[in-house]
Amino acid sequence: MIENIDLSLVDWSRAQFALTAIYHWLFVPLTLGLSFILVIMETKYVRTGSEKWKKTTKFWMKLFGINFAIGVSTGLILEFEFGTNWSNYSWFVGDIFGAPLAVEGIMAFFLESTFIAVMFFGWDKVSKRFHLASTWLVAIGANLSALWILVANAWMENPVGMIFNPDTARNEMISFWEVLFNPVAMDKFLHTITSGFVLASLFVTGISAWFLIRNREKEMALKSIKVAAIFGTFASVVLIYTGDTSSRTIARAQPVKFAAMEALYEGKTNAGLTVFGILTDKAEQGDLDEKNIIAQIEIPGFLSVMTNGDRDSFVAGIKDLVYGNEEKGIMSASEKIERGKTARKLLLEYKDARQRGDNAEVDKLKTRFEDNNFQEEYFRYFGYSYINNPADIIPNVPLVFYSFHVMVALGFLFLLIQVLAWVFATNGSIVRRKVFQWILLISIPLPYLASVLGWLVTEMGRQPWIIQDRMPVGIAVSSLSTSTVQTTFWLFAALFTALLVAEVSIMTRQIKNGPKIEEE
Amino acid sequence: MLLAVSHSFLQEYWWFLVSLLASLLVFLLFVQGGQSFIFTLASNEGEKTMIINAMGRKWEFTFTTLVTFGGAFFASFPLFYATSFGGAYWVWMAILFSFVIQAIAYEYRSKPSNVLGKKTFEIFLLINGALSPLLIGIAVGTFFTGANFSLNEMNMGKWDNPWHGLEAVLNLRNIALGVTVLFLARLLGLMYIINTIDDDELLGKAREKTLINLIPFLIGFLYFVVSLLLSKGFAVDPGNGEIFMEKGKYMHNFLEMPLLLIMFLAGTLLVLFSLYRTLFTDHTDPIWYSGFGTVLVVLSLFLIAGYNNTSFYPSLTDMQSSLTIRNASSSLFTLKTMMFISFIIPLVIGYIWYAWRAINRKRIDKEEISGEGHLY
Ligand code: HDD
Ligand code: HEM
Ligand code: HEM
Repeated sequence: MIENIDLSLVDWSRAQFALTAIYHWLFVPLTLGLSFILVIMETKYVRTGSEKWKKTTKFWMKLFGINFAIGVSTGLILEFEFGTNWSNYSWFVGDIFGAPLAVEGIMAFFLESTFIAVMFFGWDKVSKRFHLASTWLVAIGANLSALWILVANAWMENPVGMIFNPDTARNEMISFWEVLFNPVAMDKFLHTITSGFVLASLFVTGISAWFLIRNREKEMALKSIKVAAIFGTFASVVLIYTGDTSSRTIARAQPVKFAAMEALYEGKTNAGLTVFGILTDKAEQGDLDEKNIIAQIEIPGFLSVMTNGDRDSFVAGIKDLVYGNEEKGIMSASEKIERGKTARKLLLEYKDARQRGDNAEVDKLKTRFEDNNFQEEYFRYFGYSYINNPADIIPNVPLVFYSFHVMVALGFLFLLIQVLAWVFATNGSIVRRKVFQWILLISIPLPYLASVLGWLVTEMGRQPWIIQDRMPVGIAVSSLSTSTVQTTFWLFAALFTALLVAEVSIMTRQIKNGPKIEEE
Repeated sequence: MLLAVSHSFLQEYWWFLVSLLASLLVFLLFVQGGQSFIFTLASNEGEKTMIINAMGRKWEFTFTTLVTFGGAFFASFPLFYATSFGGAYWVWMAILFSFVIQAIAYEYRSKPSNVLGKKTFEIFLLINGALSPLLIGIAVGTFFTGANFSLNEMNMGKWDNPWHGLEAVLNLRNIALGVTVLFLARLLGLMYIINTIDDDELLGKAREKTLINLIPFLIGFLYFVVSLLLSKGFAVDPGNGEIFMEKGKYMHNFLEMPLLLIMFLAGTLLVLFSLYRTLFTDHTDPIWYSGFGTVLVVLSLFLIAGYNNTSFYPSLTDMQSSLTIRNASSSLFTLKTMMFISFIIPLVIGYIWYAWRAINRKRIDKEEISGEGHLY
């Protein structure tokens, strides 16, 4: 039914998607957060009428524009890559997955791109209020586009609101609201936009600190730090909170990912939360018999509490999920594989009966497909029918584990930095605190790191699935030759890298030029 | 839900919307057309900067329309999205590539320390300006001439040659459409320059260029239309969904849907009228006639490709794999849900119109370009 697919093709397609997504993600979070910081600053300008606020706003807006252009161009590729490189996926789930992308275009991108033109070119052409409204709409548009794309992404991890239709051989939507209000989507949306807010705040405080170090533009720097630090503190709190709720939803929707994030091999009651740990080199896929974690610092019982709100609750480990755990009612991967195969066999019989024109048989099989029990107990595991070895359902544990822990540590660090920046900016002492100024400056890249690590947790942690339990990545690719994908991979790698270099260089230059408020 | 609409109505509704987006996209390619002139129309830096800034304030619309076209096609006809993008890989990738370099070229061109140099970014604009209309035309040509794919029983697509879409350039009719779109975009670009730039010298040159660019446009257009009307087409038997060849299929579609024929003719006349107005009068408004005309013509062509039991993406490899608006669409539920969302489109068009007017109220001139502000 599915032709043999070249593994290297899958790997190159993944690499290409990862490359473009990561490049996109280097620019998007700044857009998400800086747009709101611009809103705050421009509101101050409209309220006070102060030219200084206007210049401050315009300075950050210029940086916004430089970043925005490259975010848009990388996004274009991503939008079409679902079709160009994951065409089997695009058919299998297009009925559901395409909708958020279309809504994003209609609702968010036009809002953003229309009003961005007013934002940049409208200063002398439209009224102050209309201009401010445009800045608001840009911020709302940017964050709405995050909403829709994340709804799509969350659906891949927790497919809801659909049913499989054997006639078309694809999943079809039965509830739009379920797709939209998917718990994973809500957590993901809030967590991701607030991560953008935090990143933008640290970007603004970092660059402002540079002005302080250089003894330039002090007033602008101080004002900007205050706005950004307050915004960033609140965002950090929400970020940490939604990070925590995300983990909890994942524990239910993607237990293997959750276990990998914690490097929890043996399920436990009263499970401890690993604050710090080192994995052995044996911790690669499939090696379940070795001791995989050494040097571990734990908060006893905390993981059970976090996951289920109860110290004595059981948290499933990787072994439970692979081998099953009857006592706790966890099905083994081999059982899921059997069920997936049963589902696939039925689909083949159905297709066969259709081909023969055996209508009685078609009707009989069709009722089975429509049976809720079959969909929930068997078809749900359709993707497992492509898995050969139960241990193949384990993602790269060390990568997921370390990425997750570094991200979390950074999250707490950022909260601390933002609170301090707020305090020091309020009492004015930041102007003389040289060390803290340097800390702010060198913190600029850290939220970028945290952000990409977060996506690595998300996307690597769900391997081997492109759609959790329903479709493994391997069968989702377009049938292209490996060399074709390699060629575009290297073209994009070269182009995006060149553009990134240009972007950083232009940005640095604009920062050095500064808003020139003091010289006048 | 609230409304009792049939699946077939919704398939037609969504084909209409996708076609509308495509026709707006072709109109908005005036940005690309304008870009293709930055080296040949401008005789000094000042003029070049004016042209680039005139186009630069609108590039986002073309770009976003392209993105939304992709998204809407994905949502409403996912089988097309999967088959064509995954199959005609190289053509689409080339188109995307040319848009990636456009998006940053505006913002980075005139900024200091841009590493690659001003000239590089201008060449990016030129590549995008020339290549993307040509390739989009060629790709759309395959909606009429067919493509080399087949589908298996799981609806998974396979391309039957290693060229992955590049073979489309070997078809004369595809090329004719590509040339038509390219020169149409250039003509629209010139008219947009006439419309927004307040500079007599530049306007005079733009009028001169119109005459030269008119010729390849007319040749391409005539060749495409005549050969289309005379050609066989991929028809569908509505009873069993079987695909077969029908003589003069597209001609029949026009005759059986006279409204589309009227749209097509009216659109063509409007474009011709705008050309007359550009060449023989001093008016600055021809872009609106040609714009509206372009939308009508492209829309009618897309509609005859999909309506009236026609395959809008025929397969040359395995005729029965050909895509129609019936077999390639999303489910009833999805199309209906999306229909509700589509109701906000008038609002979107409304605010675009409003913002567009706010920005274009004053025409671009040398003074504005030398003043401070956001400059490309
Ligand atoms: C500035 C960046 C940043 C920071 C400091 C944090 N995160 Fe995060 N995190 C992200 C940026 C991010 C992200 C890039 O935005 C991700 C990727 C996908 C997503 O939903 O958000 C993410 C994903 C992500 C996931 C996986 C979601 C999934 O698989 O769907 C979890 C469980 C957490 N985060 C939890 C946390 C916790 C408990 C933090 C505590 C402080 C934290 N994150 C800080
Ligand atoms: C992998 C899936 C993704 C696809 C297919 C995608 C697609 C796109 C496209 C096509 C654009 C250009 C829109 C335009 O024409 O204006 C864009 C820009 C944008 N995207 Fe994405 N995107 C993806 C991931 C994300 C994520 C995860 C977020 C946020 C959480 C996001 C947020 C944005 C924003 C805010 C913009 C505006 C431009 C910018 O920020 O620089 N996108 N995206
Ligand atoms: C912008 C933030 C994102 C980043 C940095 C990111 C990162 C990645 C990475 C690293 C991979 C490769 C994983 C692997 O296979 O080894 C990947 C794959 C993929 N991601 Fe994302 N992702 C992002 C957002 C999204 C969104 C929003 C969607 C869907 C709407 C999405 C859909 C996919 C798909 C379809 C694949 C390919 C299949 C696969 O390898 O699993 N991604 N992404």
